[in-house]
Amino acid sequence: MNFGFSAEQDLLRSAARKFLENECPSGVVRELMDTPEGMTPALWRQIAEQGWLGLIYPEAFGGMGLGFVDLTVLMEEMGRAVMPGPYLSTVVLGGLAVREAGSEAQQKAWLPRIAAGEARVTLAWMDPSAVPPPDGIAIAAVPRGGGFSLSGTALFVPDAHTADALVVAARAGDGQGAEGVTLFLVPRATPGLTVLLLPTMDQTRKLCEVTLADVALPADAVLGEVGRGWGALDRVLQRATVALCAEMCGGAQKVLDTTVEYAKIRQAFGRPIGSYQGVKHRAADMLVEVENSKSITYYAAWAMDEGAAEGPLAVSMAKAYVSDAYRRVAAAGIQLHGGIGFTWEHDLHLYFKRAKGSEFTFGDATYHRERVADLVDL
Amino acid sequence: MDFTLTPEQQAFRDEVRAWLRASLPKDWADRVHAGSDVPRAEAYESLRAWQGKMYEAGLVGVTWPKDYGGRGLTFVEELILQEEMAVHKAPSVLNILAIGMAGPTIIAYGTEEQKRRYPPRMLSCEEIWCQGYSEPNAGSDLAALETRAVRDGGHYVVNGQKVWTSLAHIADWMMLLARTDPAAPRHKGITYFLLDMKTPGITVKPLRQITGDAEFNEVYFDSVRIPASQILGGLDNGWAVGMTTLMYERLALGFGLQVRLRIALDGLVALARKSRRRGIAATRDPILRQKLAQLWIETEVFKYTGARAITRLLKGELPGPEASAGKMMWVEGHQRVQELAMEVLGPYAQLTRGSGRAVDGGLWPHSFLRSRANSIEGGTTEIQRNIIGERVLGLPKG
Repeated sequence: MNFGFSAEQDLLRSAARKFLENECPSGVVRELMDTPEGMTPALWRQIAEQGWLGLIYPEAFGGMGLGFVDLTVLMEEMGRAVMPGPYLSTVVLGGLAVREAGSEAQQKAWLPRIAAGEARVTLAWMDPSAVPPPDGIAIAAVPRGGGFSLSGTALFVPDAHTADALVVAARAGDGQGAEGVTLFLVPRATPGLTVLLLPTMDQTRKLCEVTLADVALPADAVLGEVGRGWGALDRVLQRATVALCAEMCGGAQKVLDTTVEYAKIRQAFGRPIGSYQGVKHRAADMLVEVENSKSITYYAAWAMDEGAAEGPLAVSMAKAYVSDAYRRVAAAGIQLHGGIGFTWEHDLHLYFKRAKGSEFTFGDATYHRERVADLVDL
Repeated sequence: MDFTLTPEQQAFRDEVRAWLRASLPKDWADRVHAGSDVPRAEAYESLRAWQGKMYEAGLVGVTWPKDYGGRGLTFVEELILQEEMAVHKAPSVLNILAIGMAGPTIIAYGTEEQKRRYPPRMLSCEEIWCQGYSEPNAGSDLAALETRAVRDGGHYVVNGQKVWTSLAHIADWMMLLARTDPAAPRHKGITYFLLDMKTPGITVKPLRQITGDAEFNEVYFDSVRIPASQILGGLDNGWAVGMTTLMYERLALGFGLQVRLRIALDGLVALARKSRRRGIAATRDPILRQKLAQLWIETEVFKYTGARAITRLLKGELPGPEASAGKMMWVEGHQRVQELAMEVLGPYAQLTRGSGRAVDGGLWPHSFLRSRANSIEGGTTEIQRNIIGERVLGLPKG
């Protein structure tokens, strides 16, 4: 048993931190979040050059062949930098869906281009009802002329406006739950598909509404088998949940670091505010929540790499715990900073908003607690 | 990162599991209240025998060096042992203060003679230990302690009082902190003694607690003579020695509370399954179900944070201030389990032992009351937060 990172993973962390401090400091984050794209071609190219876009894909597809514990290290650093842009949507959602569900040919067509920074693919998995998948998957896939016609609306689709293609979770037939769930790879330029960028609280993460009006697709647009898409989609969403938890851990750690540094220098009543127990004790509680968040996230990442039977339980325990923890830590960070923490000028609001957005992505704490209750047979 | 066990660790788990299955008396939980915190008076003799059996099987002090009665294993094996004890609802050892604190401290600071004399008899439960730290005017502010030890030839003469001294009424030895140099700065003039509780001049008076039990005591010293050879870790060096003990205490409490939290949680889940709310099991009540799931998650999360601390210990580091975080979360988790048990019981939470209508023989209200001490004993939660704030986060002292 060993709960530590390897020397290579430590190296990945220090390289990522240095890269992001140089290339994506908060000034750059603010510039990017003010643009519709949330990313520049130049920075995306640099990220590709780091090997990060293919980190978890096999070397045969232009990747580095690393695992989810490695990805955890990288996601923590991206969360620390509150990096905008389509990394999660491209690498962990769209790309991973192609990897999990796609044929050899489909993987070969997309993964090397994703890894090289030449193509971006995102995932549409939720409809306007906001009912979690698979129950809420409502885009209708109707057979037509040897292929399919897709109609419906997907909401909260990350970075659809800059993606080259979307993996769309649709339903073939009248089934419920996992029945009929089918994944389609849909180029964004396909006639009938429109994308609307939505104004969101967290400006560093771009969310879209995607409307499909009788979108005609050939039969080879299907990823995997018709009606059997849920297994792969479930695996993708579980892995993306762990990656998001890691990003949240990194953000929470940064909020704690920033707050502790401020509490050491900010004076009130002639003493640093960190010397008062009202501040010190809340900081201690933040540390406990950050450390616990990391523990369960690392465990869930390890479970994904090992394909462990307790994987789904680990994922839900992680998302339930980390959703609450990041929200509370970010709120405490603002509180302990006082007025300056409430300004637009200070970076804390970027983390606070990321925490809030992340809370609802892939299911909030209440949803995952219910899943845990189910899985342990309460 | 790897959570799988090596073949040797797996073999150790199998050994522990097989032994517990064969050795644990079936009616144990009812007799000793396995779900509550500290052994109760009626169970002392059976617990002494239980620890002796565990020692003969090589399952006490597994991390201690072989020369001093241990098995020389790592904290991974300790964790495996504790997990198995939780699964099998085994009671903890009676001599908990010796195993968790006095022993590791003597092994760290003792002379070779002291290390050969004391630890083996702690493991076998031949000699029970208590901890003479807190005083009426020195609790969280331990360095304010006033008990004096004055040199007189080859002895020190001790006068003063200790309080909240668990197990003093059955202890053979005490870890005693006393002031040997009143002129020195308050952390500098303290010495750590190993005191024979049969020495003349010691009076032990039991203190009754909110549970009605008397697990802890007041201890009075009236010109108690201790040979100078009973000093541990050097004259006037007691603060450093005592702090080591406290770090081990928090670590041991962390391990022990992890077990008790798991046992208590499993008990709570069983209780909720058989309790009805509006015609359905309490586990199906949407609000209680959320609360139960949250405690389940926290119990697992704390376990993995504990495992991360162990990974650091395996690299040879002494238990550090992060043990404070472990102690703090476990006690808060345990208190929440006990509070939720009260909520699940509803009005039946009021009925205690002796009532035929009490659920589970009135165990829950007792362990609920006992759990209030968790955030006070072994360093209050406020002190743990100070330690985390100052020693982990580097915030200035108040």
